[in-house]
Amino acid sequence: MIDPEFLALPLRQVADAALGRARELGAEHADVRIERTTQQLIRLRDGTVAMAQDSSSVGLAVRVIVEGTWGFASHLELTPQSAVATTERAIEVARTLRPLNAERVELAAEPVHADAVWVGDHEIDPFTVPLGEKVTLLSEWSSRLLAADGVEHTDVTFRAAKETKFYADSAGTSTTQQRVRMHPALTAVTVDRASGSFESMRTCAPPTARGWEYLAGNTHWDWDTELARIPEWLAEKVKAPSVQAGRYDLVIDPTNLWLTIHESVGHATEYDRAIGYEAAYAGSSFATPDKLGTLRYGSPIMHVTGDRTQAHGLATVGYDDDGVATSQWDLVAGGTLVGYQTDRVFARRLGLERSAACAYADSPHHMPIQRMANVSLQPDPDTDTATAELISGVQRGIYIVGDRSWSIDMQRYNFQFTGQRFYRIESGVLAGQLRDVAYQATTTDFWGAMEAVGGPSTWSLGGALNCGKAQPGQVAAVSHGCPSALFRGITVLNSREEAGQ
Amino acid sequence: MIRPDELTTTALAASKADGCIVVLTDTSEVNLRWANSTMTTNEHTTTRSFAVISVFGASVGVVSGNGVDLDEVRSVVAASEDAARQSGPSRDAAPLIDGPADDDYDAPAAATEIGVFARLTDELAAAFRASSNELLYGFAEHRLETTWLASSTGLRRRWVQPTGTVELNGKVAGDLTRSAWAGSYTADFTDLDFTALAAEVRRRLSWSGRQVELPAGRYETILPPSAAADLMLYMAESMDGRPAHEGRSPFAAPGAQPSDKPGSERPGGGTRLGERFTDLPLTLSSDPAAPSLQTAPFLVTTASGDSVSVFDNGAPIHRVDWLRDGTVNALAYSRAAADELGGQFTPPPENLLLTGGSSASTDDLVASTERGLLLTCLWYIREVDPVSLLLTGLTRDGVYLIEGGEVVGQVNNFRFNESPIDLLRRVTEVGATERTLCREWKDWFSRTAMPPIRVPDFNMSSVSPAS
Repeated sequence: MIDPEFLALPLRQVADAALGRARELGAEHADVRIERTTQQLIRLRDGTVAMAQDSSSVGLAVRVIVEGTWGFASHLELTPQSAVATTERAIEVARTLRPLNAERVELAAEPVHADAVWVGDHEIDPFTVPLGEKVTLLSEWSSRLLAADGVEHTDVTFRAAKETKFYADSAGTSTTQQRVRMHPALTAVTVDRASGSFESMRTCAPPTARGWEYLAGNTHWDWDTELARIPEWLAEKVKAPSVQAGRYDLVIDPTNLWLTIHESVGHATEYDRAIGYEAAYAGSSFATPDKLGTLRYGSPIMHVTGDRTQAHGLATVGYDDDGVATSQWDLVAGGTLVGYQTDRVFARRLGLERSAACAYADSPHHMPIQRMANVSLQPDPDTDTATAELISGVQRGIYIVGDRSWSIDMQRYNFQFTGQRFYRIESGVLAGQLRDVAYQATTTDFWGAMEAVGGPSTWSLGGALNCGKAQPGQVAAVSHGCPSALFRGITVLNSREEAGQ
Repeated sequence: MIRPDELTTTALAASKADGCIVVLTDTSEVNLRWANSTMTTNEHTTTRSFAVISVFGASVGVVSGNGVDLDEVRSVVAASEDAARQSGPSRDAAPLIDGPADDDYDAPAAATEIGVFARLTDELAAAFRASSNELLYGFAEHRLETTWLASSTGLRRRWVQPTGTVELNGKVAGDLTRSAWAGSYTADFTDLDFTALAAEVRRRLSWSGRQVELPAGRYETILPPSAAADLMLYMAESMDGRPAHEGRSPFAAPGAQPSDKPGSERPGGGTRLGERFTDLPLTLSSDPAAPSLQTAPFLVTTASGDSVSVFDNGAPIHRVDWLRDGTVNALAYSRAAADELGGQFTPPPENLLLTGGSSASTDDLVASTERGLLLTCLWYIREVDPVSLLLTGLTRDGVYLIEGGEVVGQVNNFRFNESPIDLLRRVTEVGATERTLCREWKDWFSRTAMPPIRVPDFNMSSVSPAS
C-alpha cells in the first residue's frame, strides 16, 4: 500500500492549484508531479560502519507546454501557493525560451487513467527495518569473508530506495504509485605486498525491486554459497595465468551479459538518442530510425524485448511520468531492429499511435525524459539448454561471470568489458581461471556472432541502480534479464599488456 | 520557507547528542539544453537539503531531510541520534572542529534566474540562424549553492558556491560524421565568450573537410587541456592515503609492510609518496583560492569515505600540491586517518590545476608536431586495472591528423587504454595552463585548469566507428 504519510500530503489541492493556474495562463498541456524519495546508503569497511546515511526529499514539479514549447519548474514546498508560483515560473521559462524552439512539442494521444494506484510487489519495506539490524547482518557477512585465508579487507555497500509519486495532468489522468529497490554488494580484497599488487572479487547479486526479504535467507539469492565461495574464487584468480590476447569463443553468464545488453542494446534503442537529443552528452545511436525494420542487429536467434512490467524489474512501474500505462514490446526480433523505447513526444514523432511509457524523472526537481525500460534478451523458446551444454560446444574459449569494468562509445558501436571471473574452456570443459581478460567488439559484430542462447532455466535478471543520462544528469535504475549465451570469435585483450606491462 | 539560521538553531537546540553538526544547502539552478539546433529541455529549480550529523562518543549517524518545517527538522535530529546509537564506533572519529562564526551567516540564500542566460540565449539564437550547414547541440547551466555549516562546538560558516558551464557541440548536417565540441566553465556568465566557443567549434569542423582513416596503434598525441583534465582527475581521485597504506591502491609501493609509516626509514612509508613520476617540473594542485575556480575554504561533507570524514566538517582547507615538481607530494587523509597512519590532514580536491609547463598553447604544440594526432576530449572513461590505474575510454568529437605542423584532416575515433600514472612518465612536452572544462567528469567536477600535453606513444587500442 501507499505510505499513509504520503497520502496525507495535500496532493489534490496542490495539483488543482497548479493545473488551474496553467489553464488560466494558456498552457496547452500541464502536469504536476509530487514525489517523495527515501534513500539509505550504508558502507562497511572491514566489517565496521564507515558511513550510514539516510535521506529523504519531497518536492513538486510543474511541466507545461506553451505555444509548443516545454517549460519546467519545481519547488520543495508543497502548498497551493507554491504550486501557483511554480506554475508561473514554468510558464515564464517556456515563454522566455520559445524563440529558441524550432520543433513544436506534441504528445501522442493516450487514454485517461483517473485515480489509478500501483504498488511494486515486495514483502518487507526496507525502511521499516532498523539500521542496527541491517548493520548486524552486513557485518556478520563481512566477517565470514574476513575469516577466510587470504582476504585482507572487505568493502560492503548497501543501498535502498523508496519512490512514491503522485501525478496529475490537464487531461484528467492521476496516478499514485510506490516502489522500492535495493542492492547489497560485498567485495573481498587480497593484497600481495611483495609485488605491490592486489585483487578483489565482488558478489554477483544484482540490485532488485524487492524489499528486505531479498537479504533475509537464501530464497531470492543464495548468499551463503556465494559468501562461502568468494575467498576460494579470489585465491584461484590471484594464481591464475594471465590470458593470451586473441580471438576466443565466449560463453557469457547472465551476471555479465546483462551489462553488455544494457550498453549495446538498451541505450542504442532509445529513440531520443537515435534522433540526436543526447548527441552532446550521453551520445546518439548507430540504430537510426531509417534502419527500423531492416538493420541486422544480430543473429536470427536474437530476441530482445523492452518492458516496464517485469516482476521485480527496476524500471517496472504501473504508469510512466507522462501518465501512460506500461507494457512489453519487441526491440529486436529475429535479429532485426523492430522497435524503440519512446515517451509521448517521441512516439508521436516516430509516427506511432501509442507511447512505450518510458518517461521518467529521477526527482521532482528534474524534467521527465525518455529513460530505459527493462531491456531483456529472451531465452531459447524451444529447448532448455543449460550453461554447461553451451560450454560443451566450445573447443577453446572463456566463460565469463560477473560484471566489472565497462565502456562503450557515443554511438554504441565499440565496447570493452571485463568481469569478476574468467574460466578457460578447453575441449568443452572448464579448465581453471584466467586473469587480465577484457573483451572488445563492435555491437552488431558481437550480436551477429551469437550462436546459441541458453534456455529459460539459465535466465536471470541483472541490472543497475546508476544508469546516467541527460543534462543535468539524471540517475535511473533498470533491470536486464538474459540467459547464458555463446558468442564465436570475439576479441579478447590482456589488460596488463594494454597497460604496457 | 524556514530561514536557514532558524533551521540550524532549532536543530542544534533539539540535539541531545555529545556533538552535533548541521549542514544545510539551498540550491537555485537554471539550465537549458538544445539539440538539432532547437531548444529541448529546461529547468528552474529551488531545492534544499539538510543533514544532521549526531555524535555519541565515537559513533555517528547522518540523516537528511528537506528542512521545510521545524517539526521535520526535530524529527531528523532524533533520527540521526537513533542512527548513531545503532552504527557502532567509527574508525574516523575525531573531536569536532571549533568556531569561527562568519559575519554573513544570517544572510539569505543566493538565487539565480533564467535571466542569467539573457546574452547567451541571444547569441545562441544567432548561432542557430547562422548554422545552415551545421546542427548545434549543447547545454548551459547556472547553479548557486548556499551552504550553512553549524555545530554544537560553535562553528557557524556560510559559503556560496557558484557553478556555471556551457558546452557546444556542432555537427555537419547530413550523415553527422563530422563533429566538434568546446566547453567552458564560468562562475556567473559575465565572462563567458560564447562567440569564441562557437568560433572554435566552427574552426574544428572546418578541419574535418578531409577524412583520414587510421588504424589502431601508438601515436604521438596532443591532449588538449580538457582531455588532460579528465585523466588527471581520475588519478587525483585515486590518491587516498588509507588504501595506499593498505597495499590496495595504485599509490601503494611494492615491498611495503603493513606497519610502514611515513617518517620510518622507508621514505613514503609503504606508499609512493616521494616517488618521481616525471622529470618535467609538473605540479598538480588543488587550491580553494585559485582565481576564477574558488571553492569553500573549509570542509563540508555529509558522507565519510576513505579520505574524508563527517567529523572533519569545518576544518580549514589550504592549497595541496598532490604532485610537486614531478614528485608525489601528498595523499588524502581525514584527521583520524592522518593520526593513525602518520600522514597530514588533507581533504580530497575540489578543484584541480596542473602547472609547470611552458607558455605554449595547444596551437603552438600542433605547430611543432611533424606527424601526430590532436584530440578534442575523452569520453566514457572507466578503470580496467586498479593496480596500474589502467583506464579505457574513447576519443570524442574530433581527432585530427597533424602533418608538418598543421592540421590536415579529421581522423576516426579510437578506444584508448592508458594509465595516467604511466602517461606522466612518458610525457615529453607540456604547454601553458588554462581554465578548462573536462568532458567526462564535468557533472561532478567542473573546476579545472590544465595545459596541453604531448605524449609520444598514446595507446589507441582499437578503432571506434562512432562520430
